Amino acid sequence: MTTVAMPRAAPLGGLARTVIAFGLGLLALVLFLAVAGFDVAASLEALWRGAFGSRYAILSATLVRAVPLLILGLAFALGARAGGLNIGMEGQFAAGAIAATWVGVSVAGAPAAMALPATLLAGVIAGALWMAVPVLLRARFGVTEVISTLLLNFVAEAAVSWAVSGPLQESARTYPQSDPIALAARLPRLLPTERIHLGLVVALLLAIGMAVFFHRTRAGFALKAAGAAPEAARIVGRVRITPVVVLALLGSGALAGLGGAVEVSGVSHALYQRLSPGYGFTAIAVALLGRLRPGAIVIAALLFGALEAGAGAMQRDAGVPAVAVMVVQAVVLLAMVMGTRESR
Amino acid sequence: MDLELLIAFGAATVRVATPLALAALGEAISERGGVLNLGIEGSMLAGALGAAIGAIAGGPWAGVALGMAAGMSAAMVLALAAVVGRADQIISGTAVTLGAIGLTGMIAQQAFGTAGAGLAVPTLAPVGVPLLEQVPVLGPIVFRQSPLTYLTVALVPVVAWLLFRTRFGLELRAAGEAPLGAAAAGVRVRMVRSLGVLAGGALAGIGGASLVLAQVGTFTERMTAGRGFIAIAIVVLGRWHPVGALLAALLFGAATALQFLFQASGITVVPYQVLLALPYLLALAVLATAVGRARAPAALARNE
Repeated sequence: MTTVAMPRAAPLGGLARTVIAFGLGLLALVLFLAVAGFDVAASLEALWRGAFGSRYAILSATLVRAVPLLILGLAFALGARAGGLNIGMEGQFAAGAIAATWVGVSVAGAPAAMALPATLLAGVIAGALWMAVPVLLRARFGVTEVISTLLLNFVAEAAVSWAVSGPLQESARTYPQSDPIALAARLPRLLPTERIHLGLVVALLLAIGMAVFFHRTRAGFALKAAGAAPEAARIVGRVRITPVVVLALLGSGALAGLGGAVEVSGVSHALYQRLSPGYGFTAIAVALLGRLRPGAIVIAALLFGALEAGAGAMQRDAGVPAVAVMVVQAVVLLAMVMGTRESR
Repeated sequence: MDLELLIAFGAATVRVATPLALAALGEAISERGGVLNLGIEGSMLAGALGAAIGAIAGGPWAGVALGMAAGMSAAMVLALAAVVGRADQIISGTAVTLGAIGLTGMIAQQAFGTAGAGLAVPTLAPVGVPLLEQVPVLGPIVFRQSPLTYLTVALVPVVAWLLFRTRFGLELRAAGEAPLGAAAAGVRVRMVRSLGVLAGGALAGIGGASLVLAQVGTFTERMTAGRGFIAIAIVVLGRWHPVGALLAALLFGAATALQFLFQASGITVVPYQVLLALPYLLALAVLATAVGRARAPAALARNE
C-alpha cells in the first residue's frame, strides 16, 4: 500500500499553513536556544548575518546551499506525488557525488561541452541505480521503500569512505579525499567573485520543468492520480499504479543523484566524507513546506538554504552547534502533516 | 581461529546486540499497536544523552533512569503527532529523529562543552554471574556482561507476557490489526497505541543508555548512527515477537562485531568499509527474504 505525505484537504489554507509552519519552526529554535542556555540575541544575530547579512552571505552561502536543497526537494516531491516516500536522498546524493567525481577526474583534457554533461549525467545514473535497489525490493518483495532507502544511506556513507581512501583517493595519498575534478567538468560561477554557480540555473529549470510536467502532461497527471487516489486512477483512469510509482521513485533517485553531482561540480570540486550536512533530510522539510509544488519548493529551498548558511555562522560566532537548526526542520515537518488526515 | 579470539568475538556480539535488542523490543511493542516508529532512532539518541547527563550527575543507574525518561519524551512527541494528531507516521517519525539530533546536539554542547570523546561518564562495568561465568567459552561470552544485558534478557519474557497474556496486550494487538473493529469492541485505540509508543520509547531510551554506559563510555553528536533503523529491520526478522527480536539482534550484533574480529586478527582481505556497511546490507537482505514469510500487523503505519 502506498503512503502519501501530501497534505490534502488541509483545514488551513495551503499558504497559511506554510507560513505558520516555518514561523513555528523558528519559534521552537528560539525557545530551545533559550532553554539550553545559549545567548539568544547573539545566536539570532549570527544566524541572520550568515544568511542575509552581506552580499557574500546571500550569493556565496545562502544561494549556494539552496541549490542542492531545491534539487533534492524536487526529488522528494516527484516520489511523494506518486505515493512513494524517498527517505534515502542522502544516499543517492552520495552515490551521485561518487560517480560525478570519478567521471570529473577522468575527463581531464576533454572539452567542457562533453566533460560537464558527462559529469552531471554520471550523477543522474548513479542516483537512479542506487534507488533501483529499494524499487526492486518494493516491486518484487513488497519491502517498503521507507526502510530500504533509509538503510542505504549508511551503505552510501561507507561507500564514500571507501572511495576516498581507495580508488578515488588523491594522488598524494595523504588525506581521505579525491583529487580535484577537471576544470572542464566544473559548473562555472555566475559571478566572478561569488561562489554561486550555474547549478542554480539548472535547479530552477528543473523546477519549471517539473511544474510543466505536473500540470501540462498526461504522464504528470497519471503520476499525481496514482498518488492521490490509486484505486480511482487504476479503475477509472486505467493507470497502472506499480510502473508509475516505480518510475517516479527512480526519477526521484536520479534527481537526488544529480544533486550530488551538481554539488561536486559546482561547489566542492572534489569528493570527501560528509559532503552533505544532511541535505537529504532537510530537503524532505523543503518539499513538505512547499506542499510538494515545484514553485513553492523554490521558496522553501531558499528559506532552508538561508537557515543552513546561518547555522554555519551561528556555530562559528555564537558557539551553537549547527545541528540546532534541525529543530526547525522537525517542527516544520510536524506542522505540515499534523491534522491533515493523510490518505492511504 | 583461536579460542580466545572466538570468545572476544562472542562477547562483543552480545555487548553490541544489547542496545539493538532493547530498541527492537520497544519497536516491536509500538508496531504491534500499528505504529511504525521511525522516531525510535531519536528515542535512542535522547536516551544516550540522558544517560550521559544522568550518570555524571548521579551515577550509572541514574543515567539509565534519565535515559529511559528521555527516550519516552521523544516517543511522546510521536504519539501526540501520529496517534493523537493522526499525522503521517513516517514523516512524524522522521521529524522526531531530526529534532532529537538537533536538541541533543544543543544540550550536549551546553552540558559538556567540546569535551566530546574525552568526557568521563561513569559506566556500568561487566558483572560476572557466579558459577555460570566459569563455564568454558559460554561463560565469558554470555555471563560476564553489563547488568543492562541481563536486564534485556529478563525483559524478553516480560514483553512477551505483556503482549500475549494481558488485556493491554490484547487491546494493543487489536489496535494494530483492525483498529476499526477494536474501536467498535470498545478499545480506546488511540490510548493503547499511545501507550505502546511510549513503552517502546522507554525501551529505546534504555537502549541508548546502554550504548553510552556499557559500550562507548561517552556521548557524541549523532552517536546512534542508524541503530534505531536497524532495530526496525530486526523486528521484521524477529517476526514481531520478543524472542525473535532478541535472536535477530544477536545476528546483527555478530555482523557488527565482525569489525572487531577482523581488526584484532589483522585480516585485511576486505576493506573495513565493507564491514561498516555489513549490518545495513544484512538488514536489506533480511527485509527482502523475511517480509514475505512473516506477516506485519495489518494496520501497521496506518491511522484509524
